[in-house]
Amino acid sequence: MNFPILSSLILLPFIGALFLLFSKDKNSNAVKYVALFTSFVNFLISIYLWYLFDLSTSNFQFIEERVWLKEFINYKVGIDGISILFIILTTFITPLCIISVNNTIKDRLRDFLIAILVMESLMIGVFCSLDLVVFYLFFEAGLIPMFLIIGIWGGTRRVYSAFKFFLYTLLGSVLMLIAIISIYWMSGTTDIINLYELGIDPKYQNLLWLAFFSSFAVKTPMWPFHTWLPDAHVEAPTAGSVLLAAILLKMAGYGFIRFSLGLFPLASELFTPLVYVLSLIAIVYTSLVALMQEDMKKLIAYSSVAHMGFVTLGIFTVTQQGLEGSIIQMISHGLVSAALFLCVGVIYDRMHSRLIKTYGGLVSVIPKYSILFMLFTLAALGLPGTSGFVGEFLILMGAFKDNFLVAVIASFGVIFGAVYMLWLYRRVVFGSLINKDLLKMPDLDNSEKFILWSLAVPVLFFGFYPEPLINTIELSVKSLIEMYNFNLIMYAPEVQK
Amino acid sequence: MNNLNFVSPEIFISLAIMFLLILGVFKKNSSSLIHNLSIGFLLITGVLILNNPSDQIFTLFGSSYIIDYLSSFMKILTILAGVFVLSISTKYLKIFKIFLIEYPILILCSILGMMVMISSNDLIVFYVGLELQSLALYVLATFNRDQLKSSEAGLKYFVLSALSSGLLLYGCSLIYGFSGSTNFNTIGAAMNSTNYGLTFGIVFILVGLSFKISAVPFHMWAPDVYEGSPTSVTLFLALVPKVAALTVFIRFLYIPFIDMIEQWQPILIFISIASMIFGAVAAIGQNNLKRLIAYSSISHIGYALAGLSVGTNEGIQSSIVYISIYLVMNLGFFSCLLMMKRNDQYFETIDDLSGLSKNHPIISLSLLVILFSLAGIPPLAGFFAKFYIFKSVIEQSMYFLAIVGLLSTVVAAFYYLRIIKVIYFDKEVEKYDTDHNIWLRISLTFSTLLILLYFIFPSKLVEIVSRINII
Repeated sequence: MNFPILSSLILLPFIGALFLLFSKDKNSNAVKYVALFTSFVNFLISIYLWYLFDLSTSNFQFIEERVWLKEFINYKVGIDGISILFIILTTFITPLCIISVNNTIKDRLRDFLIAILVMESLMIGVFCSLDLVVFYLFFEAGLIPMFLIIGIWGGTRRVYSAFKFFLYTLLGSVLMLIAIISIYWMSGTTDIINLYELGIDPKYQNLLWLAFFSSFAVKTPMWPFHTWLPDAHVEAPTAGSVLLAAILLKMAGYGFIRFSLGLFPLASELFTPLVYVLSLIAIVYTSLVALMQEDMKKLIAYSSVAHMGFVTLGIFTVTQQGLEGSIIQMISHGLVSAALFLCVGVIYDRMHSRLIKTYGGLVSVIPKYSILFMLFTLAALGLPGTSGFVGEFLILMGAFKDNFLVAVIASFGVIFGAVYMLWLYRRVVFGSLINKDLLKMPDLDNSEKFILWSLAVPVLFFGFYPEPLINTIELSVKSLIEMYNFNLIMYAPEVQK
Repeated sequence: MNNLNFVSPEIFISLAIMFLLILGVFKKNSSSLIHNLSIGFLLITGVLILNNPSDQIFTLFGSSYIIDYLSSFMKILTILAGVFVLSISTKYLKIFKIFLIEYPILILCSILGMMVMISSNDLIVFYVGLELQSLALYVLATFNRDQLKSSEAGLKYFVLSALSSGLLLYGCSLIYGFSGSTNFNTIGAAMNSTNYGLTFGIVFILVGLSFKISAVPFHMWAPDVYEGSPTSVTLFLALVPKVAALTVFIRFLYIPFIDMIEQWQPILIFISIASMIFGAVAAIGQNNLKRLIAYSSISHIGYALAGLSVGTNEGIQSSIVYISIYLVMNLGFFSCLLMMKRNDQYFETIDDLSGLSKNHPIISLSLLVILFSLAGIPPLAGFFAKFYIFKSVIEQSMYFLAIVGLLSTVVAAFYYLRIIKVIYFDKEVEKYDTDHNIWLRISLTFSTLLILLYFIFPSKLVEIVSRINII
């Protein structure tokens, strides 16, 4: 059983992309099938990985280690209960993205698929790298394909958005690079497992934490570093928005769990109030901003910021419930926001408008669409029975355990969330049909139906039965919290000095 | 006399220059022949250098000339760059009707000067080498003499360069006056750090050297000269002299004056930071690609100097790695520039790249890789170059330098992204010619693949360079 399954997960989409690069065909369906096939095989492998995954231990599994930069850095990958879910999310969303390009991308289809596949490789790499430098490499390399996706296939203000996205994220990340190199010189290694055991000198934890925070806060995005996100989402093509919302944002949440909590427990404890405040502002403020949006994509982008606010809140409660809730919320948001962007994409393809006021009364024209859209709207606002509820509920539970006031304010966020999502739904789907052009809209075609249903099934399934998710992450989360608390106790006297 | 064989590469190349001159005078229409011969001679010189025993240090001529691993490595780098420059510029020279016998010979002269610089262990020898390479470069810059800009570039370069050589000589004489020797080793032995005369000498020499590698605040000539010179000469100017000057920097600072590191380190840090920031900011407004690459090379030199300012072997090595990767990236960039030709006319502004990706997908993809690498985005080679620099900088806890350096990469990323934007996001213009010289294709493919695949074997180059131990 020494087959390098993780490396093959990383490499397979890349090989697919290489294959496409050398194909002469530029716009036909054959290109799409190749990409689809690659990503689907990758999905199957990741499911098989879940099947092989040993739930009875919190250690890293499937570890592969290779000499990379001699006597300095090893290429090391491995997964635990937390990362495997993100890997499956990635491999699940990518094929759906590829199916969805059917209608949206007409120009340079081949190049677009190459970018998506490379993106998939890099994102899987982020979630399973066990070395800081390797992580950084994957984390940053993702900027290149995403920049191109937004810039080449985006909307009218695509150049501005692509630049903003790239430069914001790069600015956040360079500080993380300095922190990573400093960690290397302090501890002599950048291997995460070793670093977990060695611990990092409490004297430097605060600065290092801030450096990592600057990168993750931009990527999450947390208020006030979120302004790139609405622009990027609005201008990106549907498939790009889906990748961005569903997976790219999760890299930062994952980073918070893996690095901020894991490596700098003391600093995390110190900065928890800061994160709480920023998260609460994100939840309340961006919900209000979302309320005022006229562009559907922008509205969903702001709702993403609010949802990620819940995630960061849950992570820094450092309770079993809060962390599990955050992870489930991320998975759920991955599915739901992907679906919502696809829903917007569906009507955008037909009417070429993302403005809410263009629509109204869609329910009588395209009922099938309206049903699915409603399902995802409800999931986004966290109705019981959808996966959104499980996440938010657990996060609030964790928050109540840690800080009553924070939890109360966050609960208001849930209400705001309901307000803007339902209002959006009312304005788009219900109401009277004023715009006569809407009458000509065809309902969902088969591929759209397939995509949306395959997102709807897990949303409902995990809403009613989140057990498989919780089982997978439980032990990893528990050991992370134990390690965190152990560190707090061990260094507590030193901090008081 | 039997250790003359250590300088056989230099002897060989001098003989080759004389031979080619005579051949050029007596044989009519021999420019093509001489061009090819000089490439061949350069390759033979390379082989001769490889032939030198690499792990020992030899000093010749009263220890004024040194052959060690550093010199061999840098000479090979210089010669390889020279070979590429000569082989990809033929078409350009022919179109501008400057495909003359002097061109390759001047390049050989300049390379000979650089080889002397690289091996110099004495201020006088160093100065002789420097002047040889500079004189050849002045002429090369004006090589397209019918064009006003080219003449202007050459003249500007000559006047300013002469000024800096004057400063440099003044520094040399100060150092000689206060230490009693021009030999690096003897200066080191006689050194007394309380002596202000020596400090002044170092400062003057640093100024002169900074001028040669166009580091801020002695960079003024670079954009004009880069823009005005024929592109093939710009290519040479951007790549090759930096290697030799960097070697002199290393030898001069680390052999005699390593104990005076407190005196020169702040200067170097200042130059480095100023170059990084200025190069990044000033390039934003440029529209001419040659000017832009001049500013970009200023900021890249800033990073290489950051590695040198650290004061450790790792720092020196990282700086050498940086300059090697920088050569490859710029080679690729200029190959693309030399491919932008339509009806015997070359194009060199950013707008001319508009929509290149539609008509020339392969060139655009290469440019994409090269530009992202210049911006230092992982996993391309440019990232590793910066990574090594900052690794050695942070080892000495020079956080300010590291933070400024990395933040200026973000600024620099902006103008590289702007080029990518024009290539990929904008509307296409007319097609360019596709009848490229085979060498042009080779050099573009070679540099792109090297940059792209560097991350698979990142330790190879470091292993080679890590044998350079100066301190």
